[in-house]
Amino acid sequence: MFSLDRWMEVLDTIRRNKLRTALTMISVAWGIFVLVFLLGLGRGLDNGLRHAFRREATNGIWISANKTSVPYAGYDVGRKLVFDNRDYDRARATAGVEHLSGQYFIKGGQFGGGEMKTQRGAKANTFAVNAVHPDAYYLVNVTIDQGRFLDSGDMAQKRKSIVIGRPVRDFLFGKEDPTGQWIVVGGVPFQVVGVFSKEGSEEEERAMYIPVATAQLAFHGVDHLGMLELTVGDANPAEAKAITDKLVAQLAERHNFAPTDPQAARVHSNVEQFERFSALFFMISAFVVVIGLGTLAAGVVGVSNIMMIAVKERTKEIGVRKAIGATPGSVIMMIIQEAVFLTALAGLTGLSLGVAALGGIDSAVDSEFIKNPSIDLRIGLLATFGLILAGALAGYFPARAAARVNPIHALRDQ
Amino acid sequence: MLRLDKVNKFYKVGTHSLHVLRDIDFVVDTGEFVAIMGASGSGKSTLLNILGILDDYDSGDYTLDGTPIKNLSEAKAAHYRNRFIGFVFQSFNLLPFKTALENVALPLYYQGVTRRKRNQIAMQYLDRVGLKDWADHTPAEMSGGQKQRVAIARSLIGKPRLILADEPTGALDSETSMEIMNLLGEIHQTGITMLVVTHDPEIAKRTQRTIRLKDGRVLDDGRIKAA
Repeated sequence: MFSLDRWMEVLDTIRRNKLRTALTMISVAWGIFVLVFLLGLGRGLDNGLRHAFRREATNGIWISANKTSVPYAGYDVGRKLVFDNRDYDRARATAGVEHLSGQYFIKGGQFGGGEMKTQRGAKANTFAVNAVHPDAYYLVNVTIDQGRFLDSGDMAQKRKSIVIGRPVRDFLFGKEDPTGQWIVVGGVPFQVVGVFSKEGSEEEERAMYIPVATAQLAFHGVDHLGMLELTVGDANPAEAKAITDKLVAQLAERHNFAPTDPQAARVHSNVEQFERFSALFFMISAFVVVIGLGTLAAGVVGVSNIMMIAVKERTKEIGVRKAIGATPGSVIMMIIQEAVFLTALAGLTGLSLGVAALGGIDSAVDSEFIKNPSIDLRIGLLATFGLILAGALAGYFPARAAARVNPIHALRDQ
Repeated sequence: MLRLDKVNKFYKVGTHSLHVLRDIDFVVDTGEFVAIMGASGSGKSTLLNILGILDDYDSGDYTLDGTPIKNLSEAKAAHYRNRFIGFVFQSFNLLPFKTALENVALPLYYQGVTRRKRNQIAMQYLDRVGLKDWADHTPAEMSGGQKQRVAIARSLIGKPRLILADEPTGALDSETSMEIMNLLGEIHQTGITMLVVTHDPEIAKRTQRTIRLKDGRVLDDGRIKAA
């Protein structure tokens, strides 16, 4: 197989037949390029979808207390609802709820958004304060850089523990280690137990988390909660809907609002949204893969055609070679070696161009929908080898036929 | 050198078959210079192709240098064509994308001779046919006579003991034809057995013996005349 002289002969033939070579190579390279490009784009769409949901758990559901919009049990519309700790306990005991947190919206914060004055020594600024259960960790998708998140001990003992965002740390502590240090939030001292960061969302990093039990005690919360937040494991949308309906029904029963009231307990479910987008993007990805495979198939057919025509065109050459002593084996090997060499070279070129184009797309297109388009290199190589095999087979059959023909018949071929 | 014994050859044309060679018998001794003559369609080219193992025959016996040539494996046939027989064709059959030198050297490629060595040897043979200066030209850049000289050099490079020429001057003018025949005569002088197919009596005259074919039969062996 490996003979330098045979390679020289093959390379020589390739060099002297530029048009045929170019046609074969373009056909193969294009097929691989389109496949790689489309597969990569499909991956990019998928990544984009996941990125869009990165801020929250994809299986998260949020139920917030609101104003009633339907008269019920003698009550008029517009009644402001407030959930409380017993709602939390009841939800806790409900089947299908994986992680659960209540959130208390602290009143009297500056700008009404829970933003509170935060001080350390002479330094002061306002940051958002979220009063939550430790399980909120599973809903907010934060990364703990230092220390820890809130835990059950913080809740049970109503500790004045606080987890601060990276910008908060940088502002208050500079390069100092903040864990164990004290800061003053809304006039109440809190001890820093951890620092969190959140990829791609500096806004949400300018925030702090405190135990909801502590907040209720320190900021006139009694046992009030403004929102229940939960995850539902790997429940499908129908199951998630059932769990949500159950929770809303429980709340309606305790707080005397219509279970059908669309406003009273407002539900935001990522499960349904994610599922809907997933289905859409899966369709797009599948479509893209089908087109890619179609292009590849066209490439295979193209290569086969070109090889067949090339062998036909070379019938006379084969006759001459046989007349001066070429064995059928050497004729077949010559053609296959040429076919494999060309398709391999062109296939790898297409693969490289495809990967390069994906890289170009990644840096050129700044879209939420396409993130980090890339391709599993194994798939690309597999497609390339498939095409090489197709090229070899496409060359083999006509080559074998040509090699079997009486040299004199081959020589007569015009 | 070679012996034919009641060799028959048919060509299938549609439903019926054409009997192109009928009971061909003759012997060619080593070192002979033989012309095979006949009108077009007499089967002379087919005969030459069978002698050169380029084509097969349907019945009879063909013995080349003591070896029966029948149902030879492709590899064996290739070996004979490469080492024992040299071909010269009317239409030259040079590879158009290779230079004169590379065309001449090609049989040595199939003998496994290294590139450098075979190009060296090919240059010697080109020199012998007077085309040393044309080594780097492709066939398209050469005249018919030059192309035939290249083809002759190619047929000689494998050091064959038998040269088969099928209308070697058929595509050439009379002056060039004579030059080519002189060249073949010189080659014959070195002891190589030579068979030339032609329909031109002038060419046949330059040989030692003429076998005449008509309608697939040997009309005149030429040997009787010599005897």
